[in-house]
Amino acid sequence: MIVVNNLVKNFGKLQVLKGITERIKPQEVVCVIGPSGSGKSTFLRCLNLLETPTSGEIMIDGKNITDPNNDINKIRQDVGMVFQRFNLFPHMTALQNITLAPMKVRGLSQKEAEERAYNLLAKVGLTDKANVYPDALSGGQQQRIAIARALAMHPKIMLFDEPTSALDPEMVGEVLAVMKDLAREGMTMVVVTHEMGFAREVSDRVLFMDEGIIVEQGSPEEIFNNAKNERTKAFLSKIL
Amino acid sequence: MEHLIKVMPQLLKGAVLTIKITSLSVFFGMLIGLIMGLGKLSKRPYFKIPAMIYIDSIRGTPLFVQILLFYYGIPNLYFQFSGKTFTIDPMMAAVVVCSINSGAYVAEIFRAGIQSIERGQMEAARSLGMTHNQAMRYIILPQAFKRIVPPLGNEFIVLLKDTSLLSVIGVVELTQSGKLYVAATYAAFPVYIGVALVYLVMTLTISRFVAWTERRLGVSDRRE
Repeated sequence: MIVVNNLVKNFGKLQVLKGITERIKPQEVVCVIGPSGSGKSTFLRCLNLLETPTSGEIMIDGKNITDPNNDINKIRQDVGMVFQRFNLFPHMTALQNITLAPMKVRGLSQKEAEERAYNLLAKVGLTDKANVYPDALSGGQQQRIAIARALAMHPKIMLFDEPTSALDPEMVGEVLAVMKDLAREGMTMVVVTHEMGFAREVSDRVLFMDEGIIVEQGSPEEIFNNAKNERTKAFLSKIL
Repeated sequence: MEHLIKVMPQLLKGAVLTIKITSLSVFFGMLIGLIMGLGKLSKRPYFKIPAMIYIDSIRGTPLFVQILLFYYGIPNLYFQFSGKTFTIDPMMAAVVVCSINSGAYVAEIFRAGIQSIERGQMEAARSLGMTHNQAMRYIILPQAFKRIVPPLGNEFIVLLKDTSLLSVIGVVELTQSGKLYVAATYAAFPVYIGVALVYLVMTLTISRFVAWTERRLGVSDRRE
C-alpha cells in the first residue's frame, strides 16, 4: 500500500532523512518511535507531501506521489492526517470542521456530509459537541474531532503525528482509545508516537528511527523485549 | 461663531464628497489590496515581482506627490508625445489615486494577516485534499480577515483624513470647502475649527463601527 524507496530529505544543508526504504501493507498499524530530531515526523509528513522529498520515491496504492504529473490533491483525499497541535479550524464549529472537506472536495451534499459527521461524532463520543467551537473544547476533545475530520474523507490510510504529545496526561487515554478502535477496524495506520504502551499493544510493527534512518524494525515483541541494536536499547532504556 | 454656523452647510456638502471619495477608494483599495497582497505572497515571480514593485513604490512616495503626478503629470506626458492637451476629471483622479494609494497599504495588511495564520491551518486543509485556493478561501482568508479588521479600520481613517490633500487639484471636498469660504471671508479660525470637527465626527464614527465589527466577529474566539 505504501512503498518508500530510498527517501532523502534535506533542510538546507541538514540531511534529516538519509535514505528510508519501507513497505507498509494494507491494514497494517505501524508505530514510528525514536528520539526527537530523528526525522520521524519528517518521514510521516513526506507520506502526504507536506514535506517535499529531496530524492527517492513514495508509492501509495501504486501511484508515485513524488511524480509531479500525479495530482497530489487527489492522493491526499485518501490519506488522512492527524497533527500534534490538532489544527482544527477555529472559525468553524466541530460539525463544520468535519463536513467542510467532504462537501468541498468530495462533493457531498450538506445532508450527506452531516449524516457522515454525526456518525463519526458518535464514534469519537462527542455527539453533544457538534455545534461547539474548538476553543470551547479540551485538548483531548479537539484531537478526537480532528480524527473525525480526517475520517470523514473516508481515507484508506491514516497518518498520526504525535497525536497525544500536546495533551494533558489525563486526556491521552481518550484519544488512544479512539485510535485503538480504528486499528481494530482494519485501518492502515502510521503513527509517530512516544506512547510506548500504545505502540506495544496496538501496532503490528514498530520502526525505530535515529539520525534519519530506520535503525531497527520488527514486531513490538522484538523491539521492546529483544532489541538487537545498541541505539535502540539505549533509547528504550531511557524512556521505559 | 456666526461664521461657523454660516459655513456649516458648505462643509457638510464637502463632507459628503469626502465620504463618497473615501468609500469608493476603500472599496477599490480593498480589491487591489487583496490581489496585490496575495501576489506578494505568491511563489510565482511574474505575480510576486509586480506586486512588490507596486507596494514599495506607492508606500515609498507621498500621496501628495502621487496626486500631482496623476492629475498634472499624465496630461503633460500625453502632451509631450501627441501635442494634444486633455484634462482629467478631478473627481475621477481623486478616486483613482486614493484607491491605488490605499491598495498598497491594504495589501500589506492582508499579507501580514494571512501570514499570521498558523502554518498548521494550511497544512490541515491541504491534508484533507483541498487545493491551495480552496484552503485560502475557506480556511485562511476568513481567519485572516478577522484579524485585519482593526488595522483595516485604521487605514480607512488615515485615508479619510488624507483626502484633504485633494484640495490641491480643486476637488471641493471638506477641506477645500473650508478653504473657499476662508478665501472669501478671512474667517480662518472658526472655519478650520469647523472643518476639524467634521473630520473628527467622521473618524470617531468609523472607529466605533470598527470596534463593533470586531466584537461581532469575535464570537468563535470566546468560550461558550
